[in-house]
Amino acid sequence: MTSMETASQLSMLLGLAWLTPLVAFVAILFFGPRMGHHGKNAAWVSTAAIVASLMLSLAAMGTWLAAHPVQGVVHAGHVGHAEDSHAESHEAQRPAAVHAPVAYSGDWYTLYQGGNLKLTIGWYIDALTVLMFVVVTCIATCIHIYAAGYMHDELHDVTDHEVHLASGTDLHRPGRFSRFFQALSLFCFSMLGILIAGNLAMVFIFWELVGICSWFLIGFYYERTSASNAANKAFIVNRIGDFGMLIGLMALWGALGTLHFADSVERAPDGSMNVRQGLLSLVRPAEGGHALRVPDGMVKFAAAAEVAQISIDHADRPRDAASELASRLDDWRSMGMGRWLLFIAGIGIFCGCIGKSAQFPLFVWLPDAMEGPTPVSALVHSATMVAAGVYLVGRFFPVLTPDVLLVIAYVGAITLFIAATIALVATDIKRVLAYSTVSQLGYMMLALGVGGWVAGLFHLVTHAFFKSLLFLCSGSVIHACHTNDMRKMGGLAKKMPWTAGTMLVGCLAIIGAGVPFVIGLSGYYSKDAILAQALAFSQANPTHWILYAAVAGGALLTAFYMFRLWFLTFAGVPRDHHIAEHAHESPTVMVAPLVVLAVLAVVAGWTFPGGFGVANLLEQARPAGTAEATTGGFVFGGITIPAEHESHVGPIHVTATLTAFATAAVGVLLAAVMYLWRFVSPVVVAYLFRPVYRFLAGRWYFDELYHAVFVVPVLGIASLASGTDRGVIDRIIDGIAWTARQLAGFDAWIDRTLVDGLVNATAHATWNAGLTLKQLQTGHLRQYVMFIVIGTVALFVLASLLFRCSLAG
Amino acid sequence: MNPLNPMHAPTVLASLFAVNLLSDPVSVTHYLVVGAILFTAGIVCMTVKRNALGVLMGIELVLNGANVNFVAFSSQYLQGEQTASIGLDGQAIALFVILLAAAEAAVALAITLNFYNNHSTVDIDQADDLKG
Repeated sequence: MTSMETASQLSMLLGLAWLTPLVAFVAILFFGPRMGHHGKNAAWVSTAAIVASLMLSLAAMGTWLAAHPVQGVVHAGHVGHAEDSHAESHEAQRPAAVHAPVAYSGDWYTLYQGGNLKLTIGWYIDALTVLMFVVVTCIATCIHIYAAGYMHDELHDVTDHEVHLASGTDLHRPGRFSRFFQALSLFCFSMLGILIAGNLAMVFIFWELVGICSWFLIGFYYERTSASNAANKAFIVNRIGDFGMLIGLMALWGALGTLHFADSVERAPDGSMNVRQGLLSLVRPAEGGHALRVPDGMVKFAAAAEVAQISIDHADRPRDAASELASRLDDWRSMGMGRWLLFIAGIGIFCGCIGKSAQFPLFVWLPDAMEGPTPVSALVHSATMVAAGVYLVGRFFPVLTPDVLLVIAYVGAITLFIAATIALVATDIKRVLAYSTVSQLGYMMLALGVGGWVAGLFHLVTHAFFKSLLFLCSGSVIHACHTNDMRKMGGLAKKMPWTAGTMLVGCLAIIGAGVPFVIGLSGYYSKDAILAQALAFSQANPTHWILYAAVAGGALLTAFYMFRLWFLTFAGVPRDHHIAEHAHESPTVMVAPLVVLAVLAVVAGWTFPGGFGVANLLEQARPAGTAEATTGGFVFGGITIPAEHESHVGPIHVTATLTAFATAAVGVLLAAVMYLWRFVSPVVVAYLFRPVYRFLAGRWYFDELYHAVFVVPVLGIASLASGTDRGVIDRIIDGIAWTARQLAGFDAWIDRTLVDGLVNATAHATWNAGLTLKQLQTGHLRQYVMFIVIGTVALFVLASLLFRCSLAG
Repeated sequence: MNPLNPMHAPTVLASLFAVNLLSDPVSVTHYLVVGAILFTAGIVCMTVKRNALGVLMGIELVLNGANVNFVAFSSQYLQGEQTASIGLDGQAIALFVILLAAAEAAVALAITLNFYNNHSTVDIDQADDLKG
């Protein structure tokens, strides 16, 4: 199969996979409530669409693998493979690094084209896209099936005991089953849109669509104040990040005039074929061995004054101007012009990712987002939507300068540490998982920041599986217990063996459990890769050792809080007998997805015989020029981003693996000591470290801080504005209205007295005249005759006196 | 000559009609005088009679007074040098008037009969039901 055929086949398969959920969304939007009893069949429409998407994605994966079989080289931490093969694979990678990764791109539809600017609906497909399509549709399928069971309460009228009406009763409302699946389908469509997008503008469109879906789903129980507040909070906080993203987009658009990732070939009006360079090749041109450099557009943009001077100097000879411009470009570039622009572009795009992927300082929305139904938490707020930020950083990775990467690494480190510490003391089972999600996203960001492109995205994939598993397990627990509070659970393992077992698998996967150097669960491989890369980075840049410490410490905290959760929920004796008695295993439709996800959470990290594995697949998509170690940093300077495959060589890898194993073991042991065997009472520990405990239980007081720093001033300004509105503008308007009213009153007085008076007087006079004349009409005939006679005689006399006429003469 | 002096009445009349009625040959003027007398008698009858039938008779007199005038003006034997006859038109109008008088009398008599049925009287002073 030629590359052209592969491209068209892939774009068709993934395009269909992308659009199928949209069809389901539209169908449910118009016919949802009529699909069976209370819209029961909407679940099947939605699920059928996502299953179709999954099948198409798997077909695309098959097409991809047929065209580009994964290399048999070992990578990304599978040390079980012979250690000595690393040397060869290391060497073998060198020439490959010069080559750009295989990627197909094209446009389906041009939205706008004018001048140098072009906006399209297009596609960019590489191994990462195909892999993410499979992951997202696979998890979404499991969650759709699970939600069909979980949301059955919405199939009939719902009495919401958390909403108290003014009348004193609880809210009673119709079920919203079909609406849930409608939003879920739209979400899948939007998420797949981000994955397949061929340019940043399209990414941004679907980025916002995902945001609005998140708002719909968090606010699903919108009658609850907490839910609608959480939905608004998520939406507004994301807008803050997206503002930064817009700035980044403008920087790229303004300086480079394109938002396409890849080069595209287009036919010029004169028939010749022009190559229109995309962002990736502008920033890392092939002639420079894909090394990062400031693109010409940005240099010219920064040196606008000099460019203008040259064109003025050579106004009569434009050709000379062009050649001089070309000759001076490199000088300007070496002077550092345009570096800031590239930096701002990178930071701006990352700002959007901070919001969407819940990074410090915008992570506050994610824990509140747990107000949504649990399947939503699993799909949107752990496995896929929040992954969009990490995905975009990965997709945008070649454009990011070492400075930006360092910022990303530190943001990730701060996030992972803060979130992990808060998770230590949270008592709400979903909030523990939410903070765990934030923390794991921090891991991914940190991994990308220290140059672990494969490591970060590998963790994204594995995390998607085990975190959706964990969330669905927690949903199963909540379904059984009708409470989120872990303090009221305990001893549920006997009641819910399947849930307990699958959740244990999820916990083991997230802490990266495994037999060192032999085999492990999916998290074992991805977390080891991150640790190794962080270690390599710390060795290359000793001043940034804290990044490695954060990763190692985070691993310990992760192990502790995950097993604290598991022990509190499933182990020991029931702490609330009422809840324990009523607890029961969830129906098959909910348990089956758990088992499927548990299997995937185990095997997602494995490299199968023949070399197929997530890590190797990702290696195919490694952006051009990132396989090499790079030194530099336009702004901070002196940063070395080590090559990723170097972190898999002996010493670093062994250290990292042992560290991961040791920290995870210590974390689990600590959790067991405190919550399983109860050697140390958690209450005593909390009392001993009162200030710390309170600080963590208060979630570092970020919400309070933001409330004081942002919300209160904004509300103050708002009340000032409304005060101005009421006190000044309304007064003026009211004054004008009052004056108009007075004038109208005067006018009415004139109308009533003068005009009406005149009319009435006329009528009155006529009336009186009529009354007077009426008396003449006496009804006496003889009188009338007398009148006639007298009148006639009078007329004759008058005529004879006046005209002096004479008869007969 | 004082027009109000009764002694001068014949002279006054002669000056008024430009003829002497008693000495001149019979002319239109004589007919006009007869018509006027009839007319006046009719008016007086209409005015003083309280009986509706008397009033109707007065009306007949008035109409016939007018008819005399028409006929006189139409007569070719009575015309003098100064007056021009209106010809047969006058007699035609007179016939019309007679016709109308008959019709009017029929209607008026019907009204009177009805009035009598309702009020048991034909006194027109009692007939003031339509007064304003």
